Amino acid sequence: MIYKVISKTEFSKFIDALVKHNNAYGPQKVDTGTGGKPIYQFMPVKSADEIDFDYSVTHSSAKHFFLPFRDDLSRFTFEDGNWEQEVRYEAPPLILIGLRPCDISAINMLDEVMLHGPYPSPYYLARRKNTFIIGMDHLPLPDCFCKSMNRHTVNHGFNLFCSDIGDKYYLSINSSKAYSFLKEFMIEEPSYEDNCLLIERRKTIKHSFETNIEVTGLPVFLDIEFDSPIWQKWGDKCLSCGSCAMVCPTCYCYSVEERFDVDLKGSSRQNHLYSCNLLDFAQVAGGHNFRPRNGDRLKYRYYHHYRGFAANDNQQICVGCNRCGRACLADINPKDVINDLRLERESCMICVSPSPDRT
Amino acid sequence: MNHLGFKIDKVKIGSFDFTCCEGCQLQLANKESTLPAFLGLLDIRNFREISSERHDDYDIALVEGSITRSDEVERLKAIRAQAKVLIAFGTCACFGGVNNLKNKIPQDEAVKVVYGDKKVETMPSMKISDIVSVDLMIPGCPVSKAEVERIVVGVVTRSPNNLPKYPVCVDCKQKLNTCLFDLGEVCLGPVTKAGCDAVCPTGKTPCLGCRGPSDDMNFPSFIQIVKEKNLSLDEMQEKLAFYNGFADYLDHES
Ligand code: SF4
Ligand code: SF4
Ligand code: SF4
Ligand code: SF4
Ligand code: SF4
Repeated sequence: MIYKVISKTEFSKFIDALVKHNNAYGPQKVDTGTGGKPIYQFMPVKSADEIDFDYSVTHSSAKHFFLPFRDDLSRFTFEDGNWEQEVRYEAPPLILIGLRPCDISAINMLDEVMLHGPYPSPYYLARRKNTFIIGMDHLPLPDCFCKSMNRHTVNHGFNLFCSDIGDKYYLSINSSKAYSFLKEFMIEEPSYEDNCLLIERRKTIKHSFETNIEVTGLPVFLDIEFDSPIWQKWGDKCLSCGSCAMVCPTCYCYSVEERFDVDLKGSSRQNHLYSCNLLDFAQVAGGHNFRPRNGDRLKYRYYHHYRGFAANDNQQICVGCNRCGRACLADINPKDVINDLRLERESCMICVSPSPDRT
Repeated sequence: MNHLGFKIDKVKIGSFDFTCCEGCQLQLANKESTLPAFLGLLDIRNFREISSERHDDYDIALVEGSITRSDEVERLKAIRAQAKVLIAFGTCACFGGVNNLKNKIPQDEAVKVVYGDKKVETMPSMKISDIVSVDLMIPGCPVSKAEVERIVVGVVTRSPNNLPKYPVCVDCKQKLNTCLFDLGEVCLGPVTKAGCDAVCPTGKTPCLGCRGPSDDMNFPSFIQIVKEKNLSLDEMQEKLAFYNGFADYLDHES
């Protein structure tokens, strides 16, 4: 890693040059919600002034740049009673600007799942390798809880990371490509003062979190709570609408569909991002549904995120961005669900023996 | 036709309109890029939007519109007797559609508003399944041509072709739309069957549920959400009643 500083005006020039001739996306205000709340998304940008550098967070994550909501896995062509399959992995170069530490952490987790398992995804790899990521730090929103998940900082998985230290950005340069682009612009060695400002900035961020979730021992705890009535309580509210999974940076569940061309001369096999909350996610041939109740489906989404799957070394795959909570119309969010579970256990009256002292 | 060594038969199809705007049938003649290929899958026996030929040996009947006259009842029964598969085609056919709005007022009053003093026979609007059994529903006002293509291709190739079970929100989120609830509006997306690619919320108008309820949708929670967000329950009721797709749920409430 190389550390430099750049003035904000110079940074703007750098971004301008970068996005002008490239396929680039950055945060943009797309709407104003009730109560004047700005709503941001990663949108295509062609110049620096189209980017809202001081945005809060985007409503949807950057996941779909790597795992498109609908993706052609292969094309088939039929001719003379025979068929041929064509698979394409190539992805055009892409620049993503303004990703938050949680966003980048989420991509690092997707790397684990998509690249480091027994069946690495060549589709994902092509996109990941061809994407240039510029991260930016920010002060958390009141409902962000990435610090609880230890994802409020990130030290890899990006090309360049910018910390806001007032008139300048403190740059962590993590790729030679980023460095060679930046060399064309006025960048400087960080001064003693810049270093102090960076440490201050990090401290301020760290102390600005208003939402904390107790996640220590959560996997074991969830095992114990598997049959808790709490799941159906929240499930009764759940609309099974999948919004949480669509906006979540780490939900990667999908379904595969075959789609014929109307002329029957070809077809495509498509990957469609799905959600374990959707009614037929666990429906199998013959019509049996392993999870017909919304409480069960909701539970499995939480188990995947906080208890972990063997596929990702039982790692918790939630980064604490609370996008799911913000998108959920029924106000189902990790903080309340997990606290509810803990509360239920802690106020359990069945066992009368006193808890052992903490040591 | 032959496909990968399997013999494939064209679908002998008839299309029939009842009380409606014929917008759904017109959709079939749309999407020019795939129109020849689409027509290539069909043996059109009876379809006035597309061909002037009239035959009565169709297997599949697309039935569009709702039923509002006694002669329509008889015609529908004859179609049912002929068709192996009867498809309720479009929202009017599936649920009654916009036509059902007239059921809320006395029928002679409805006639007066539209036709003045002219004598017109009419009765309260009914959906197709009120009169004959329906094998498949393709909802939508109008139907989505892409979805109809998938279903017809599925029938021809004998491959599964299901409508989505999940609600409109899934597609809406995939389009990165701003949720209309965040803009202070009641949208029926969370309780409505997907498949339209969320066209309405993508155009910033709330979903009015033309595709009817999604499978196993959570109506009590939906009402609760509208209440908790201090949005108008009357507006919600009005939207739910608009296409008549939620009649069962509304009756339940009152
Ligand atoms: S589960 Fe929720 S909080 Fe966790 S990463 Fe996904 S969207 Fe963010
Ligand atoms: S938890 Fe919320 S966002 Fe997720 S499926 Fe249920 S209602 Fe939809
Ligand atoms: S469903 Fe809509 S488009 Fe189709 S016939 Fe009825 S009113 Fe017309
Ligand atoms: S706008 Fe409507 S369809 Fe879209 S997410 Fe919101 S409620 Fe669902
Ligand atoms: S968004 Fe709703 S009203 Fe609009 S086409 Fe789709 S189902 Fe019909």
